[in-house]
Amino acid sequence: MRKMFLALAAAASVAFAGAAHAEEKLKVGFIYIGPPGDFGWTYQHDQGRKALEAALGDKVETTYLENVPEGADAERSIERLARAGNKLIFATSFGYMDAVMKVAKKFPDVKFEHATGYKTAENVSVYNSRFYEGRYIQGQIAAKMSKAGVAGYIASVPIPEVVQGINSFMLGAQSVNPDFKVKVVWVNSWFDPGKEADAAKALIDQGVDIITQHTDSTAAMQVAAERGIKAFGQASDMIKFGPTTQLTSIVDNWSPYYIERTKAVLDGTWKSQNVFHGMKEGFVVMAPYTNMPDDVKKMAEETQAKITSGAFKPFTGPIKKQDGSVWLKQGETADDAAILGMNFYVAGIDDKLPQ
Amino acid sequence: MEMTQAILLTVATAATPLLIAAMGELVVERSGVLNLGVEGMMVMGAVTAFVVAQMTGSAWLGMVAAILAGAAFSLLFGFLTLTLVTNQVASGLALTILGLGVSAMIGESYVGLPGIRMEPIHIPGLSQLPLVGQFLFGQDPIFYLSILLTVGVSWFLFRTRAGLTLRAIGDNPGSAHALGAHVVRIRYLAVLFGGACAGLAGAQLSLVYVPQWVENMTAGRGWIALALVVFASWRPWRVLAGAYLFGAVTIGQLHAQALGLGLPSQFLSALPYLATILVLVLISRNRRSTMINTPASLGKPFVPDR
Amino acid sequence: MRIELVRRPQHSVLFSALSPLIALALTLVAGAILFALMGKPPLHGLYVYFVEPLTEVWSLHELMVKAAPLILIAAGLALCFRSNNWNIGAEGQFIAGAIAGSILPVMFPDFQSWAVLPLMLLMGMAGGAAYAGIPAFLKVRFNTNEILTSLMLVYVAQYFLDWIVRGPWRNPQGYNFPETRQFNDSAILPEIWSASGRAHWGIVLALVAAVVLWFVLSRTMKGFEVRVLGASPRAGRFAGFSAGKMTFFVFLVSGACAGLAGIAEVSGAIGQLRPSISPGYGFTAIIVAFLGRLNPLGIVAAGFVLALSYLGGEAAQVAIGISEKSARIFQGMILFFVLASDTLIHYRIRLIFSPKAKPAQEKS
Repeated sequence: MRKMFLALAAAASVAFAGAAHAEEKLKVGFIYIGPPGDFGWTYQHDQGRKALEAALGDKVETTYLENVPEGADAERSIERLARAGNKLIFATSFGYMDAVMKVAKKFPDVKFEHATGYKTAENVSVYNSRFYEGRYIQGQIAAKMSKAGVAGYIASVPIPEVVQGINSFMLGAQSVNPDFKVKVVWVNSWFDPGKEADAAKALIDQGVDIITQHTDSTAAMQVAAERGIKAFGQASDMIKFGPTTQLTSIVDNWSPYYIERTKAVLDGTWKSQNVFHGMKEGFVVMAPYTNMPDDVKKMAEETQAKITSGAFKPFTGPIKKQDGSVWLKQGETADDAAILGMNFYVAGIDDKLPQ
Repeated sequence: MEMTQAILLTVATAATPLLIAAMGELVVERSGVLNLGVEGMMVMGAVTAFVVAQMTGSAWLGMVAAILAGAAFSLLFGFLTLTLVTNQVASGLALTILGLGVSAMIGESYVGLPGIRMEPIHIPGLSQLPLVGQFLFGQDPIFYLSILLTVGVSWFLFRTRAGLTLRAIGDNPGSAHALGAHVVRIRYLAVLFGGACAGLAGAQLSLVYVPQWVENMTAGRGWIALALVVFASWRPWRVLAGAYLFGAVTIGQLHAQALGLGLPSQFLSALPYLATILVLVLISRNRRSTMINTPASLGKPFVPDR
Repeated sequence: MRIELVRRPQHSVLFSALSPLIALALTLVAGAILFALMGKPPLHGLYVYFVEPLTEVWSLHELMVKAAPLILIAAGLALCFRSNNWNIGAEGQFIAGAIAGSILPVMFPDFQSWAVLPLMLLMGMAGGAAYAGIPAFLKVRFNTNEILTSLMLVYVAQYFLDWIVRGPWRNPQGYNFPETRQFNDSAILPEIWSASGRAHWGIVLALVAAVVLWFVLSRTMKGFEVRVLGASPRAGRFAGFSAGKMTFFVFLVSGACAGLAGIAEVSGAIGQLRPSISPGYGFTAIIVAFLGRLNPLGIVAAGFVLALSYLGGEAAQVAIGISEKSARIFQGMILFFVLASDTLIHYRIRLIFSPKAKPAQEKS
């Protein structure tokens, strides 16, 4: 009974805050895993925050905590934002999941948005992005552009999001050149420029002539530029680090979502949800296709149009797993659960995943 | 480009900052002072080099500034441990923590900017020689400095009178003092030299290795440099060998991955550290030879009696 | 101008007491200057940093959560450092303890009884001690520098943890994300007063360990041995103490403390193993140990001061937009100032304005 009363009170207070106190600004908090200047993951979330301020600056006030580790500190940081009066909190790393759930229980009148997780509650939404859609296009471009027929893939840490990317890249490449090869190097870190540069050099020394990365720094792009080969950016448009090097980049675009969800809190229509959006909804944006011949550019744009319209999904059968077993039959498409938990390679990739 | 030479170049780039920082620390330790703040001085060098290069547009000025910054920062350690005779281990650690914090603060607005690369030199003809041309004649200036440094330190320590004094101070500051050596002053100079080298090593990171600035970009290289000094039993040429060996293992593990050997990548990533431990054990097993080279008063404070 | 130290005939009681206060005052002054340089109001900044986190109950809980591992690890390290054994790898032992302690809740989640928690804590201690035993063994047997081996082993432990939570111990229900299953209730170190915050029994373990180690160090024969061997290995040998045995003893004790801190953190504050479980506690604890002057009771105070610097850094970020990097600067500064002030305990400082004298004359 008491719980119900609390919930009612909370609901009422939210409605109250939304309607009567329109002149009082809504406080929106962000928790970042890295520094906003990383030019990768956190940078894009911070761009979203800035876009939110630009769009609703007269109604919202934003705060962020940077470099929050994914251990015991996450819970305190999130709670601090909740206590500081933030009514909407975006937690922008997978590892904050359980901390978000705990704090959300304590603050029923605060709305939480957790990026890339899978646990939801009355006041907790999760949002995720189909980055892999862009990887498919990159794979196609790589297969067209590579003379050696082999691309280097600098991977961060083996989680489904990264595995999806590798598989999708490979499928895209195979759609152009069935014998295409991908060399994968794990650096076991999201952000270690020195190591990423070393990995890029090692891959180039082994004969790859296209580099793609699922790590956040621009080091690999710089190495590719220095060695005169082509590369794909990650998370942000990295063109200024490789004006004659970058083919395209998958840009994480969180701005529309942050604005939409904040508006929902402002007008009292916020509901818990679980979204997994891609190109169609504008979560995944491709940086301009540069440094490639027109026919390759045309192919990339066509694929992008098909993915955006929903006419084509990268994980469409027939697809075999690495061990040769059938994953998807002809015409079959993968469901979201299979994609979100992906921990196997498709056929043609030589690397092994830790099991 | 031939693959062997390409790999050699990659190894050289990875080994150079370790070599430079370790060479500086070697001189410091030979004078009997243990400065665990290499990481902190190095990261200060990295941020200074980047910021100054951005402001002036010159990588060379960035490098000079980094050397000065490293030396200036080491002065803090010198004042504490030499003038105020505080615990050297603790003071060195404090220097590292402070360096990581201050550099992150200074560099905050410089993250995510394309840096200014220190261009490799190019000698027409020689640089294009097959196999070793680029390795010998086409690298960045800091690489050549690192080799010069090795030659210079080796010559200084074992061929000059000042070097002899420095080593004597490291072994027995009491008698050196009695014989008229300026123990504290020479140790100050050694610490400054170590700081300057660490600063230069940092400059290599942000001007050559990856021309950009991110906080904590030294990523433990200062600690590896410290390990190399012990590994080398305080002998300059062995530092060079150790730095290249470590660089080779680091790069080798990435190649092993790219070849698709199927080993867990975490194991391969841990390999350089395991290899360091193994080599340290092998080196130090022979107690007598380590004893001969270890500065006998390493880490012990010295206050002249009056 | 030169600075000269003159050794006091005996150490100054006055400065023993004053030195931490001098260091604190210097830190505050330096902090105020730092804030002013950043264009923030200095006094308000200091208030937000060092006072505000102490004004709320939940924040006090958080202070205890943060201080517990620091105190626990540092108390063990004090023993090491006092005996001249330089264990820099507590971070690795923390991780090893966390992994060893998690064997039961991860591999045998169905085993639920009151015995689980004590067993976990013991296994955590054993894991940390065993991991610390490696550098001790290498030092005693092969004369290998323990600073470096213990440090290298930190990286190895981090990669091992990374591998185990992504591979064999991955949560079967967790969408293949790198984390183990959530510990069940019998494997969770309970909160002390769950009504007001989330401080768990880790802080009590830390305080008990600090008192026990203080007693060992200052009131027992073993402690005497530690101090003698630390002050003068030669004297220790004459007294018949074995430096090798001492190395093992202090490494195992400090490893056990770090391991206990690791499992307490995982079981009390996090509730599962993840690729990152420590924001560098093992390294920060080294500062704590020296800040507490290698005295376990002093370390309790130092642990809270350091924990405050983290919380303050965060509060300052939210309240006045000061970069979180300032926390590390404060930590480095305070250690510097404490080390410098402690010089006054043993030495009188004399400023000399005359031209430099030759060392031969200094001798007279």
